[in-house]
Amino acid sequence: MTPTIAVSGLTRRYRGHVALDDVTVDFEDATITGLLGRNGAGKTTFLRILAAQEFPSAGDVRVLGASPIENDAVLRRMVLIREDQSYPDIRVGHVLRAASWFYPNWSGELAATLLRAFDLPAGRPVKKLSRGMRSAVGIVVGLAARAEVTLFDEPYAGLDAVARQIFYDQLIADYAEHPRTVLLSTHLIDEVAGLLERVVMIDRGRVVLDADADTVRGATTAVSGAVPAVDTFAAGRPVWDRRTLASHASVVVGSPLTDGDRAWARELNLTLTPLSLQQAVVHASAGAAGERAEGSHA
Amino acid sequence: MGVLDDSSPIFAQIAERLADEIADGTLAEGERAPSSNELAAFYRINPATAAKGLNVLTEDGLLEKRRGVGMFVAAGARERLVERRRQAFAQRYVAPMVAEATRLGIDAGALLALVRQVSDDPPGAAAVDGTQPSSARGGITV
Repeated sequence: MTPTIAVSGLTRRYRGHVALDDVTVDFEDATITGLLGRNGAGKTTFLRILAAQEFPSAGDVRVLGASPIENDAVLRRMVLIREDQSYPDIRVGHVLRAASWFYPNWSGELAATLLRAFDLPAGRPVKKLSRGMRSAVGIVVGLAARAEVTLFDEPYAGLDAVARQIFYDQLIADYAEHPRTVLLSTHLIDEVAGLLERVVMIDRGRVVLDADADTVRGATTAVSGAVPAVDTFAAGRPVWDRRTLASHASVVVGSPLTDGDRAWARELNLTLTPLSLQQAVVHASAGAAGERAEGSHA
Repeated sequence: MGVLDDSSPIFAQIAERLADEIADGTLAEGERAPSSNELAAFYRINPATAAKGLNVLTEDGLLEKRRGVGMFVAAGARERLVERRRQAFAQRYVAPMVAEATRLGIDAGALLALVRQVSDDPPGAAAVDGTQPSSARGGITV
């Protein structure tokens, strides 16, 4: 099956700066992927290039089987909602009407439901909205478009925790009925952890982690106890972080543990603490970056 | 993520939750199990992850697919679960208890006496709200 999004060798250079460095990654239909990474890692550039709002310096991007650049047929099946999305000086209702003309799968019914859920006044000029409400307008457009490719780039500037929860709940509910390819770039990893099937982490323009979310979660454990016991247990396993406090040590082990491992840890009087997806991702990407650095020196 | 935690993959936790409900009879045999979309909405998780959790139980024969209707708790599912959990009880509960007792210098005899004492008079049994002592809940805790 052709992936919905196929990116190969994508590089984007600015003057003296490489924003994306030889990125190759595919996204299948009907998945929700978390696009993770620090500020300036290249996430926004990546999403903008997918949406043909920016152009590659090198490499190939296919969305729904074709290049998105100046390709109306593809662009109408794709929506990108950005952080601090700006709108022309019109009312909320007009934004939605314009979107309904552009997106063939637009659901007016869903848009109306979402307006109510976010308590958005359709008659108010977008300019007069608070930052959070403007973000909510973007989310309404992004979900009601029901675009086959739905890209959210940190869509919740200024949104409070309650409104973010509404976003997640509505995304799950509508995605369940109308599966599509969703890429969600976010810093709030733990908040969305349950939504994600896959996590792709970009660091300094490169993909440093690309894995099933449940695999990452299950594969990362903090092991703590007496220094010799911890070191005995960790020997031969990937260790991503090691801290000591007097005779006590704590390491992050980056491979899945078997029942036998757990029993052994009990015998050694070690404490095993599973890491949250957010912590796991931080360690896994640091570990991957470390391995890469070692590899390049070899 | 609501009531789920980071202890294991989410799909495994979903499977475990449903198995718990089958074991304690909340989900009775022949009853329809929640659909993946219902689980997704309730636990705020990806529907594919919820489906994976349900799949664990169908492959195990604890749930049965009825085409176009949904998943139903299979006949004998509860008994099989309880039996399996009884077998896992020593490994899962007794072994860690013995390990901790050994660390504290409690020998097997003293440990048995403690077990008997707690079993006769569970802590919290005298709770003012009159809730049942945990031992009175029967097979649920296995």
